Amino acid sequence: MDAKLKETILNPIFKGNPISVLVLGICSSLAVTVELKGACVMALSVIIVTGLSSLVCSLIRKTIPNRVRIVIQLTVVAMMVILVDQVLKAFAYGIDKQLSVYIGLIITNCIVMGRIEAFALGNKPIPSLLDGLMNGVGYGMILVIVGFFRELLGSGTLFGFPVLKAIGYTNNGLVILPPMALIFLGCIIWVQRSIQKDLQEK
Amino acid sequence: MEYLSLFVKSIFVDNMIFAYFLGMCSYLAVSKNVKTANGLGIAVILVLLITLPINYLLNTYVLAPGALSWLGPKFAEVDLSFLSFILFIAVIAGIVQVVEMVVEKFLPSLYSSLGIFLPLIAVNCAILGGSLFMQQKEFVNCGEATVYALGSGIGWYLAIVALAAIREKLSYSNVPAPLKGLGITFFTVGLMGIAFMAFMGIQL
Repeated sequence: MDAKLKETILNPIFKGNPISVLVLGICSSLAVTVELKGACVMALSVIIVTGLSSLVCSLIRKTIPNRVRIVIQLTVVAMMVILVDQVLKAFAYGIDKQLSVYIGLIITNCIVMGRIEAFALGNKPIPSLLDGLMNGVGYGMILVIVGFFRELLGSGTLFGFPVLKAIGYTNNGLVILPPMALIFLGCIIWVQRSIQKDLQEK
Repeated sequence: MEYLSLFVKSIFVDNMIFAYFLGMCSYLAVSKNVKTANGLGIAVILVLLITLPINYLLNTYVLAPGALSWLGPKFAEVDLSFLSFILFIAVIAGIVQVVEMVVEKFLPSLYSSLGIFLPLIAVNCAILGGSLFMQQKEFVNCGEATVYALGSGIGWYLAIVALAAIREKLSYSNVPAPLKGLGITFFTVGLMGIAFMAFMGIQL
């Protein structure tokens, strides 16, 4: 049991990372990585939503009729996203405006539904909660890495503080553009698959 | 004229894939060959075209601040916009189910070619994203919302068919082992996105 729990916790971080290995949830992840702050808030929101909705779905897994489970899962996830959105609106209105529709799009983020389908419906609440949380962390990690490099190279700042200005760095406007997020993600996959050869596709 | 401008803008400038990354998951998973990409693209256009006007009406007459005033002066100050996520996704899931049944009954050949993609569309970010952008852009009438839906659907269709065509050719080229499959696809989409940025600022 212990080894299994450990696997549940560690697997989503590197070996089964939801973004770079399973390719889930790219949709809402890339547009929010222009700045590190947005990326962090988005990562946190996704961690909370995946964790809580996995927990709730696992709690009610025996009462969900199989035929309508997608609708019920969507309702649970939508409820969690509304909670997160309302909290953000109340305490961090500026960031909520900046993230615009992407907070709402956590509902259709494939990670959330994917983890519920693949894990929470067949496991006890506590492992499900952990699995949801850790998948959120694996997702958030990639988001923060991409956000870090894009803000650093694009605007020369980190969390809004000028970092590279002192050494005479000229901002690279290309990195700010949306398509560059994909290229950075491609680089992360490149690095990961060079280290872990068994992930390479034939 | 505004319709035409909105139409062209939603296809090229505000392209769902290249400008907003919406529907990326299925975009990457189903773009291995042109035929299936074609099926999914058509399904996305169809579902966007149906759900977006419905969600527009829902937003205008039920959800937006003061939208319920047609019920009487007592309701003029009700603001239900916090419910929009859950109602939009419910409408989308419901419509997808209905469309699936209708297509299965009346157009069996289309149904067999769309296959698994129709039910999957309920969780495609492009559909929900379209509705959320509609809410943000504050269109003045239902016609604008419909044109926006058609435009962004076609934009998505173009993007997935183009990527599928490139990936078909890509399978013959010699890609470094760690980049094979997913990695090189990301780079391709990134480069296509940069190319699409040339449309930025187009005015009609």
